[in-house]
Amino acid sequence: MLHIVNKSSLERNTLDSCLRVANGGAILLIEDAVYAATRGNEAEGKLRDALARFKIYVLGPDLDARGMGDRVMEGVSTVDYGGFVDLVAEHKNCQSWL
Amino acid sequence: MKFAVSINEGPYQHQASDSAYLFCKAALEKGHEIRRVFFYNDGVNNASSLTEPPQDDRNIVARWSKLAEEHKLDLVVCVAAALRRGIRDENLAAGFRISGLGQLVEAGIEADRLVTFGD
Amino acid sequence: MSEGAIKKFMFVNRKAPYGTIYALESLEVVLITAAFDQDVSLVFMDDGVFQLKKGQQTKGIENKNFSPTYRALDGYDIEKLYVEAEALAARGLTEDDLLVDVTVMSRAELGALMDEMDVVLSF
Repeated sequence: MLHIVNKSSLERNTLDSCLRVANGGAILLIEDAVYAATRGNEAEGKLRDALARFKIYVLGPDLDARGMGDRVMEGVSTVDYGGFVDLVAEHKNCQSWL
Repeated sequence: MKFAVSINEGPYQHQASDSAYLFCKAALEKGHEIRRVFFYNDGVNNASSLTEPPQDDRNIVARWSKLAEEHKLDLVVCVAAALRRGIRDENLAAGFRISGLGQLVEAGIEADRLVTFGD
Repeated sequence: MSEGAIKKFMFVNRKAPYGTIYALESLEVVLITAAFDQDVSLVFMDDGVFQLKKGQQTKGIENKNFSPTYRALDGYDIEKLYVEAEALAARGLTEDDLLVDVTVMSRAELGALMDEMDVVLSF
């Protein structure tokens, strides 16, 4: 399953809920959720632990828009909108954690 | 592959409509089909023909209309949500149509994937 | 999908009622989905569990109290209502505080159930 998260983990508990409940698969961070994938942010450790259970992707255009394109933590893959489409197609189902 | 997209937030206030638009464009470029785009909650405001952004900003409504025209997209606005928020046929932008919530369920049934964009 | 196909729809409710319209408009989609004879599951987690709290009185905020609708779901053959155990506990609630019968699930059970779905709608 593909889990799509769009909230900053510093403001909302969406990413935490996803990590707590989701059984594995892939996570794609878009919109304000991209900050979670950057080096030195509070959620970095959490995300690093999650890499053992999930493949984690971040939407490049959203990172770039926020001036964070050069700070993606190791182990997280950057995709563009085409990559976003591929991820949805590759997984049997998807959920947007709104 | 057949995709359906649901948009639950209005234009400009939230990035949802932008993300959905760019997702649809990328999917179409890859040769996928967009079975339907459904506008729900405040997402119905994406269909207002009265929208007039400043010239140096993107025109979110017109962008949807153009994409619909180019790719024969079915842009459906939920009637109950639309009436609540003052969207009706008189101020409906080109390429959109107003219909029931059943269209969202039907899209979920018919498409291979349903992707939701919202808050 | 051919005519008459049945898909597994899951509605994930993570937001409290009244503060925003999501809970109410989610419920409207749920009812329509049932009318399409689909396999419907409802999940309540995070603040979504507040949607099921007994004793909602909305006169003072001049809003429609839509909580009785959860009791009516049974009549639409919607019987799969799942509540995440930790979400309930974290809010000082127990099953007795809820206005309808639910199945309380662990996060692992819930995660496994999500994986089985065809369409997941989150409100």
